[in-house]
Amino acid sequence: MTDAEAHAQNAGLAHQFEDLEQQQETDALGIWVFLVTEIMFFGGLFASYAIYRWLYFAAFQGGSHILDIRLGAANTIVLLASSLTMALSVRSAQAGNRRALVLFLVATMILGGIFLGVKAIEYNQKFVEHVVPSLDWAPEGQTLARLAPGGLEHAQIYFFFYFAMTGLHALHMIIGVGLLLWLVVRARKGNFNPHYFAPVEVVGLYWHFVDIVWIFLFPLLYLIGGRY
Amino acid sequence: MSTATLEPRVRASRNYLNADYGWKSWLFTVDHKRIALLYLVSITFFFMIGGSFAVLMRINLTEPQGALVQPETYNKLFTLHGIVMVWFFLIPSIPAVLGNFLVPLMVGSRDLAFPKLNLLSWYIFIVGGLFTLYSAIAGGVDTGWTFYTPYSSMYTNTQVTAVAIGVFITGFSSILTGLNFIVTIHKMRAPGLTWFRMPLFLWSMYATSIILVLATPVLAITLVLIALEHLFHVGIFSPGLGGDPLLFQHLFWFYSHPAVYIMILPAMGVVSEIIPCFARKRIFGYKIVAFSSVAIAVLGFLVWGHHMFVTGQSVYAGLIFSLLSFLIAIPSAIKVFNWTSTLYKGSISYEAPMLYAMGFIGLFTMGGLTGLFLASLATDVHLNGTYFIVAHFHYIMVGGAVMGYLGGIHFWWPKISGRKYPNGWAALAAAIIFIGFNLTFFPQFILGYLGMPRRYAFYPAEFQVLNVMSSAGATVLGVGYLIPLVYLIWSMRYGPIAEPNPWGATGLEWKTSSPPPTENFAEIPVVTEEAYAYAAEEAAGD
Repeated sequence: MTDAEAHAQNAGLAHQFEDLEQQQETDALGIWVFLVTEIMFFGGLFASYAIYRWLYFAAFQGGSHILDIRLGAANTIVLLASSLTMALSVRSAQAGNRRALVLFLVATMILGGIFLGVKAIEYNQKFVEHVVPSLDWAPEGQTLARLAPGGLEHAQIYFFFYFAMTGLHALHMIIGVGLLLWLVVRARKGNFNPHYFAPVEVVGLYWHFVDIVWIFLFPLLYLIGGRY
Repeated sequence: MSTATLEPRVRASRNYLNADYGWKSWLFTVDHKRIALLYLVSITFFFMIGGSFAVLMRINLTEPQGALVQPETYNKLFTLHGIVMVWFFLIPSIPAVLGNFLVPLMVGSRDLAFPKLNLLSWYIFIVGGLFTLYSAIAGGVDTGWTFYTPYSSMYTNTQVTAVAIGVFITGFSSILTGLNFIVTIHKMRAPGLTWFRMPLFLWSMYATSIILVLATPVLAITLVLIALEHLFHVGIFSPGLGGDPLLFQHLFWFYSHPAVYIMILPAMGVVSEIIPCFARKRIFGYKIVAFSSVAIAVLGFLVWGHHMFVTGQSVYAGLIFSLLSFLIAIPSAIKVFNWTSTLYKGSISYEAPMLYAMGFIGLFTMGGLTGLFLASLATDVHLNGTYFIVAHFHYIMVGGAVMGYLGGIHFWWPKISGRKYPNGWAALAAAIIFIGFNLTFFPQFILGYLGMPRRYAFYPAEFQVLNVMSSAGATVLGVGYLIPLVYLIWSMRYGPIAEPNPWGATGLEWKTSSPPPTENFAEIPVVTEEAYAYAAEEAAGD
């Protein structure tokens, strides 16, 4: 098969590649390199978190005990379920099952939406309890009693990390939901077939990465200091 | 050279430059060669902006009490000079211009792995640049390019947020370029082009890309933290609120030290191409030069603490960072020895690119050796924060990286533009730049050794002679930079037509027409020999 024929046969084959196999391998390596940059990006925050947690453990413990662990745990389950549906989407694309592909992609989107909704409720709670650093920082009553032993100033640093880390994670979730929407549109058009489904695979890897970040965030933020 | 006497061939009718016309064909192109030219124009613009800040600084420093500007303005000048030159000229210079142009040609493919991402990276670069220019117009920044906290985050009233956003955004353009190169070099190599047949420029691009993708995200998150602290006054880096300013320095230098290698590794790659070509010899110790690039990339991540010897880092950490900094001198020295060994018994011709490459070797060696003064704990205490540092890193970043960049531009200009430039003017410019550079920065070594601190608008009267020498040198250097700008633009229209391989060089980029067609090769080439097979080439030519 000549080059021109290969390109004429597959609408999904970009001009710079020889064949779909090369394209698929290239896309896969591309997303893995991108995920490495993401690890370094979150890594800066995790490293800073580690240092301040070590410096101000009591404040981090107090701050952690203000978070709603039930909502955090529920969200962990929601995200793990979304990873399952995402994996099933990739499998459906591989099998060429367009109906199932659309179904699982939509399911992943809905689960992602639920996660973001729960996160919004949690953020709202922080405003109710006045533990938003700088913007609304005036903890009182029970909250104040929990935070006071570690020092209010240092508790503010804990909540800064809480918002920065979960906020960055939520931003990645929002981008992920947008990418899923794009996949749903393309999948409905029948863009994907068992020979060409690289975009589904690439977004899938991104989605799993975002999930894994949460798997680290949940214990680091919610489960400090043997609360239960 | 024998090829120079040949009749100029008729230019191939269709190439990437005349494949399409109109501004849309440039701004929406996904051709890596056109994107390289977009970058070339953009970074030249930023180079002139950054250069003009330097001109104002050097004018001011002709008099001990400051000849031109208020101290506040002076602070903004050196800050913007650093920010523009580092992030908007040096880091993109060789990778985004020459790398973009050459990586697909050298691996023998039609384009980079992700052409649209490549175009996106240019737009990201431009948006980041606009933020930075906005911050300059809206009042400037006075923190130094290093943004040290807590001054940058808590105290200064200047445009820290805008410039942090600008540099943050530009970082993603670096990341995308690096990602594209890594994937292209892994997956797009032509049949027969094994890793150890690759030109050394590709090895250095690969090493550079590794740094780009690993280090830049850390800078990005650090800038986010600075901007958040500046906007909301939360104590991440501010000791007054329980934060740790040293943490900022660790995070910043974790990026910014490897960033030095982002600037110098590509220039080393360029020199590794030029030297064998004009010595008509295979490079000495190919594998060692290749691995030394990788070694520099890896070790470069482990030496950031040598920027912090006097800022309160533990002495034991300082000892280890000092040792590691000495280690990184080894792969750098290996390269210098291998280039000079390549010259030994070569049949050398001093064309313009070769003059730049020779200038690179000399100036880089000076910069590298003075780096050892700074890597030693005890001498660093004396020299840190003085003009010695300024001179040292300009020898690396201007004497090294810019010389390499200009050498590369001159070497591949016939391929890029399809035209030749006047060699006499190019040689003259290389000489003027070399002289102007040394006159500018050598006095600064002495000034620093005598104790003149950097970043001050004023200085004691006894330092005036050396400062005036430095300013005079900067004028010569400025003239040297303007000459290539003139004759290169001139050559695009009036230069003699270049044949596909005017230097008689090896490498796939010379096997296609000048300028190359949009798809680079009529047929994907098959590689059957090692890189730099100059001996074989000569034998075949006779």
